Amino acid sequence: MLKMTHLSKVYRTEVVETYALRDFNIDVKEGEFVAVTGPSGSGKTTFLTIAGLLETFTGGEYHLDGVEVSNLNDNARSKIRNEKIGFIFQAFNLIPDLNVYDNVEVPLRYRGMKALERKQRIMDALERVGLASRAKHYPAELSGGQQQRVAIARALAGSPRLLLADEPTGNLDTQMARGVMELLEEIHREGATIVMVTHDPELATRAQRNVHVIDGQVVDLAEDPRFHQQQARAGAPA
Amino acid sequence: MSGMFVHNLRLGARSLRKNPVLTALMVMAIGFGVAASMITYAVFRAVSGDPIPQKSSQLFVPQIDNRGPQYNNGGEPPDALNYTDAVALMKAHQARRQTVLFAVRLSVLPEDARKAPFKVPGYAATGDFFPMFDVPFQYGSGWSAADDDAHAPVIVISRSLNQKLFGGANSVGKEIVLDDQQYRVVGVTETWDPKPRFFDMFSGHAYSEPSQVYIPFNRAMDLKIETAGNNNCGGGGKRGDDRESWLRGQCVWISPWVELSSATEVERYRQFLASYADDQRRAGRFNWAPNVRLRDVPGWLEYKHAVPPESRIALVVAVGFFVICLVNTIGLLLAKFMRRASEIGVRRALGASRADIYRQFLAEAGMVGLAGGLLGVVLTGVGMLGVGLVFEPEIAHLARLDLSLVSLALLVAIAATVLAAFYPTWRAAQVQPAWQLKSN
Repeated sequence: MLKMTHLSKVYRTEVVETYALRDFNIDVKEGEFVAVTGPSGSGKTTFLTIAGLLETFTGGEYHLDGVEVSNLNDNARSKIRNEKIGFIFQAFNLIPDLNVYDNVEVPLRYRGMKALERKQRIMDALERVGLASRAKHYPAELSGGQQQRVAIARALAGSPRLLLADEPTGNLDTQMARGVMELLEEIHREGATIVMVTHDPELATRAQRNVHVIDGQVVDLAEDPRFHQQQARAGAPA
Repeated sequence: MSGMFVHNLRLGARSLRKNPVLTALMVMAIGFGVAASMITYAVFRAVSGDPIPQKSSQLFVPQIDNRGPQYNNGGEPPDALNYTDAVALMKAHQARRQTVLFAVRLSVLPEDARKAPFKVPGYAATGDFFPMFDVPFQYGSGWSAADDDAHAPVIVISRSLNQKLFGGANSVGKEIVLDDQQYRVVGVTETWDPKPRFFDMFSGHAYSEPSQVYIPFNRAMDLKIETAGNNNCGGGGKRGDDRESWLRGQCVWISPWVELSSATEVERYRQFLASYADDQRRAGRFNWAPNVRLRDVPGWLEYKHAVPPESRIALVVAVGFFVICLVNTIGLLLAKFMRRASEIGVRRALGASRADIYRQFLAEAGMVGLAGGLLGVVLTGVGMLGVGLVFEPEIAHLARLDLSLVSLALLVAIAATVLAAFYPTWRAAQVQPAWQLKSN
């Protein structure tokens, strides 16, 4: 479903080159639920934005659903984002001027879907996250957990093949976080491929597979001394 | 209209309502800029158009230098003819159609004795005047060449004078009295007043009140009707003590026109003019080389500076003001659009291409333009009342807010605003969604 091979991302200025990702390799199979963990600044979010075609990469290869994406133009990348990928962000990223219904409608509009089908999909998605009754509410009128569920409904409405979640519970309290996590697990059980970036080791354990990123590279935790150093700094047993 | 376009308009309206102050500033900038441009354009349009587009390249003004290089206008012959040359050209009859004319001002005596006489402006001309200048008729027609030859007491009156004298009824065949002389009405023109009045640029009547009467040139001469236009005896000439010496003298006051429908005819007539002037030289009347001109309507209007320079300057200033307003609008749109960078990032993440962002934001700009255009139309209407403060009254009254000006105002406002929005929209479309979403 998602395969990156020797992928690199370099941010260049006139005087310095910074590697956000270096020789990054990952292969996520269809239907997998993968948690990507790592310390702050390790490159997790950069990986996610490249995976979601929100950013280009400097070298290597990236195949998404069998398509090499490096040479795609803006229209093609937008189309793939719209049709194959659903995003869930830590900060929800709902559009404050639009109500819940209109927020969920945004990706469907760009797909050129007919009004009747749009409405059906929106209401189905909102039913699924338990917010159909809040369709006319604005984001500011909802709790953080409800906003994140709206964001999940927005991601689900287009029936994407791949869900990319960036710290989906990062801005939520424990109870709300649990609800959102259960929702993601349910979506996964129904066959979705999910890649979730998280700081939270407990959440990571709920995924099928964990991928750890340090200094822009995927590492094998048992063999990487940096992981042991990091654990030692945190005072935890390796 | 596609669903997405309507959707973008709705988004635009919502966004504009959200920032009423910013929206009002942009709408006002566009509105004032458009109004200033439209007011000055209305004046410019009125004075710079082709007054007879269907024939302007076939109508010519012959000019003959009857004063010599010592007195002529920088080498240019006088702008009109004296009586001797006017009569000679008419007699030679070298053009398909030809006329000579001069402005008159006559006193109309209403049939109803209780009503006071009143003065009306008009022209003494020959019968070809009407077909040459495509004068439209409500009733009847112009007079014939036979009427010209017979010095017939016939008259063509305007629709408005016909309304005043005969209540708008068909007055052909009826008699009216002007300056104590009886005339038989042979035609009633439709409302007709080309601007500028190209055929009478010499008399300074290019923008004055519409002509009400037309009488035969020969009849006017018989009745010794004086010109109500210019009588230029410059260059050492004198008016003369009596009418006969004036007619025989070098004072110019008659506007001649000829109709020539091909380049060959034009060239032939030019040669005729030169030949006529040469004949005058040989006869001892002119002691200088033939100096003649033959200008068509556009050439004549340009030569006579029919477009007042102040109207051109005012238009340039107003367009400059509009550009400044647009530059301000660019700044306001840029501020408005970039405040929505996070929304743009989200939309891009959810599948909007750069083209989608362009469409959404240009639609919003188009709505600003439409609102600015509507305000501009209102301000143009108000501004028309003050045109007289800037321009001469006879020019100011030509400026009108008609349907074409309203359409133009809206079109210019929308097009200019959308054009101005390209840079802010381009910047909006360049927003990197990854950066926006990371920063959130």
